[in-house]
Amino acid sequence: MEYFLQQLINGVTLGAIYGLVAIGYTMVYGIIGMINFAHGEIYMIGAFISVISFLVLGAVGITWVPLAVVIVLLVTMLFTAVYGWTIERIAYRPLRGSFRLAPLISAIGMSIFLQNYVQLVQGARVKPVPPVIPQVIVLMERADGFKVAISYLQIIIIVLTIVLMAGFTLIIQHTALGRAQRACEQDMKMAGLLGVDVDRTISQTFVIGAALAGVAGVMVTMYYGVIDFYIGFIAGIKAFTAAVLGGIGSLPGAMLGGLTIGLIEAFWSAYFTVEYKDVATFGILVLVLIFRPTGLLGRPEIEKV
Amino acid sequence: MLRSALRDAALAAMVALLLTMPLIGLRTVESNSRLVVEPHFIDVAVTVALVFLGRLGLTLAGAAKGPAWSVLAAALTVVGSGWLLPFPTQALRWLAVAGGILVGLRALVALRARHGTLTEAERDRRMDRIGARLQDASRLIGPVAVIFALLLPLLPFADRALIDLGILLLTYIMLGWGLNIVVGLAGMLDLGYVAFYAVGAYSYALLAQTFGFGFWLCLPLAGLFASIYGLMLGFPVLRLRGDYFAIVTLAFAEIVRIVLLNWAWFTNGPIGISGIPRPSFFGLAVFAKNPPEGAIAFHKLFGLEFAQIHRIIFLYYIILALSLVVNFFTLRIRRLPLGRAWEALREDEIACTALGINRTTIRLAAFAIAGMFGGFAGAFFATRQGFISPESFSFIESAIILAVVVLGGMGSQVGVVVAALLVVGLPEAFRELAQYRMLAFGAGMVVIMLWRPRGLLAHREPTILMHPRRSACQQQADTEARG
Repeated sequence: MEYFLQQLINGVTLGAIYGLVAIGYTMVYGIIGMINFAHGEIYMIGAFISVISFLVLGAVGITWVPLAVVIVLLVTMLFTAVYGWTIERIAYRPLRGSFRLAPLISAIGMSIFLQNYVQLVQGARVKPVPPVIPQVIVLMERADGFKVAISYLQIIIIVLTIVLMAGFTLIIQHTALGRAQRACEQDMKMAGLLGVDVDRTISQTFVIGAALAGVAGVMVTMYYGVIDFYIGFIAGIKAFTAAVLGGIGSLPGAMLGGLTIGLIEAFWSAYFTVEYKDVATFGILVLVLIFRPTGLLGRPEIEKV
Repeated sequence: MLRSALRDAALAAMVALLLTMPLIGLRTVESNSRLVVEPHFIDVAVTVALVFLGRLGLTLAGAAKGPAWSVLAAALTVVGSGWLLPFPTQALRWLAVAGGILVGLRALVALRARHGTLTEAERDRRMDRIGARLQDASRLIGPVAVIFALLLPLLPFADRALIDLGILLLTYIMLGWGLNIVVGLAGMLDLGYVAFYAVGAYSYALLAQTFGFGFWLCLPLAGLFASIYGLMLGFPVLRLRGDYFAIVTLAFAEIVRIVLLNWAWFTNGPIGISGIPRPSFFGLAVFAKNPPEGAIAFHKLFGLEFAQIHRIIFLYYIILALSLVVNFFTLRIRRLPLGRAWEALREDEIACTALGINRTTIRLAAFAIAGMFGGFAGAFFATRQGFISPESFSFIESAIILAVVVLGGMGSQVGVVVAALLVVGLPEAFRELAQYRMLAFGAGMVVIMLWRPRGLLAHREPTILMHPRRSACQQQADTEARG
């Protein structure tokens, strides 16, 4: 029971991180119907930028932890947003309305490029980061000394995710940007005819998605304490799985999918084998796509001739 | 105009500054087992300056009545300075040279076209015409290339390195032709082709090590296992469309790799399998100086001096034959109902289903056949390397094979050869730039997609004609006249 509870806490934390990345996939797929294969790399770049900013802040002398974390979050969001914007501008926008597979192939090329770019400029070695927020709260203790604990960091991750999700939902439902996004999602051409700046809306979608992935990158840096240039690939596929599981195009679905994937991964690692945890995730992706391609909360896609 | 160009370039430079500032400008390095940041602001400054110049040059050269001559001169100056001036890193030097050449070419094109810029349609049509001409020429070039490939090991300048490169190229050409059946003909984006390659390689390695089977017995078995894998995979995933299909094949390939990595007692895990036997000369003779008891040495059989290179040349001919088989198969199947159904399905799925084509079985056939060829290539890879490990079958390998198919022009057999020369041959030629290899590869994929979304030599040749055969050039002219 205690063990189960601990895994539940870990799984929810992990799920929050996946969910944030999944939002980027789901929004982009919802609007332009392509898998942004390079999104996982944005998350990886976010992790690197957060490491760099922590080091710079340490060198400058800002060591008060809450302030440092807030600065790192903002800086990372800014830079990953610029990356998101640039990628869309360079690699996807010219291909809009082109041959069906072209954007996906371009995205794969972008992903390979970014991975190797970071490897070249930052080195291939694993980057260790000392824990920033090490405190934990012990919730309960079993007779044999096994403690169920939730760390401050886990609380921060979960709360921050909830806050971001709430803010994001508000943006989608109540602002002009959100309306434009929903309009583009329904019918891009019609939205353009009615005066929505489609290109700009798509750019903004990429910027928001990239900023959220950047936050996920900061979280993963603080949570695991080690990053390397390759983390984006697997995390990207898992987050995509989360987006598909939740129903692609649906925001609550992305979060729900992220949580499910996080929990499955945590429990699989705890009760079965840690080596095959990725197989479990991929297996779920396959099963969902075969038996329920619309996902948990997605709308069915109508095939038009 | 100059003002707006300057503003545009300044914006690009600003974005470049934001992009490069954290990752290039501040490098994390380990010193005394602690991570510290090392500033490299000069690199950032140079990059930003190059981006500014490049963007300015492109805008000015592309503008109507732009100062194309001065842009050309400036671009040449940058290229020259790329050679002469000291640059902080080698990569930036290459960036300067490549960027200068690109801007210079743009200016040249503008000068030649006389009216600012070529429209996209014009550019596409030009490339289509080149593609069509190449298609016509391939009737001639094809046999010549095959004869050249056949004679290559006998030519005086063919040393071991060249033949090794030939083997590598042919392996990718074979894989490209194999994948072309799925991607080019049947129109399904398979991101996990490497899994077939892995199944073939491990089938051969394990059969040879466990039961002592020879290469010639294992080759068909490897193909069989790979195509069984294709069938097993195909049943569930073939109902998916487009992007979903791509992601699921990728997921399956990763599953295969993870299983190979962790199923240690069967596959020897991350250590891999070494000492995989080399192929014999069709079971008649072996390639060894002192053959084991009861076996005949190849050089004795033919009364030659013993030389290591005999085995390499033999391997070369095996892969040449295998890839020609794939090519021949593809060329012929396009004339059969099955091949026609593949191409029809690629063009319009719904119409095909309406005409009574069972799309699942048709696709399954494409998958199984392409898988079989992937399995052959895998078995060859195992016997050539003598060592395999899951490392060799990562996603990046799938991406390279896919790039060979897609960049050349989907469905084009000549395109695959050209793309293999580009993607695999070029990096081998620039060995000293090995660390930039994958960087350039990724960038190249993006650039070629932007430039020619259907691939370099994309020219769709109709498989069925109502009127007698005409050359691709004439067909292209017809299309242009109509459109």
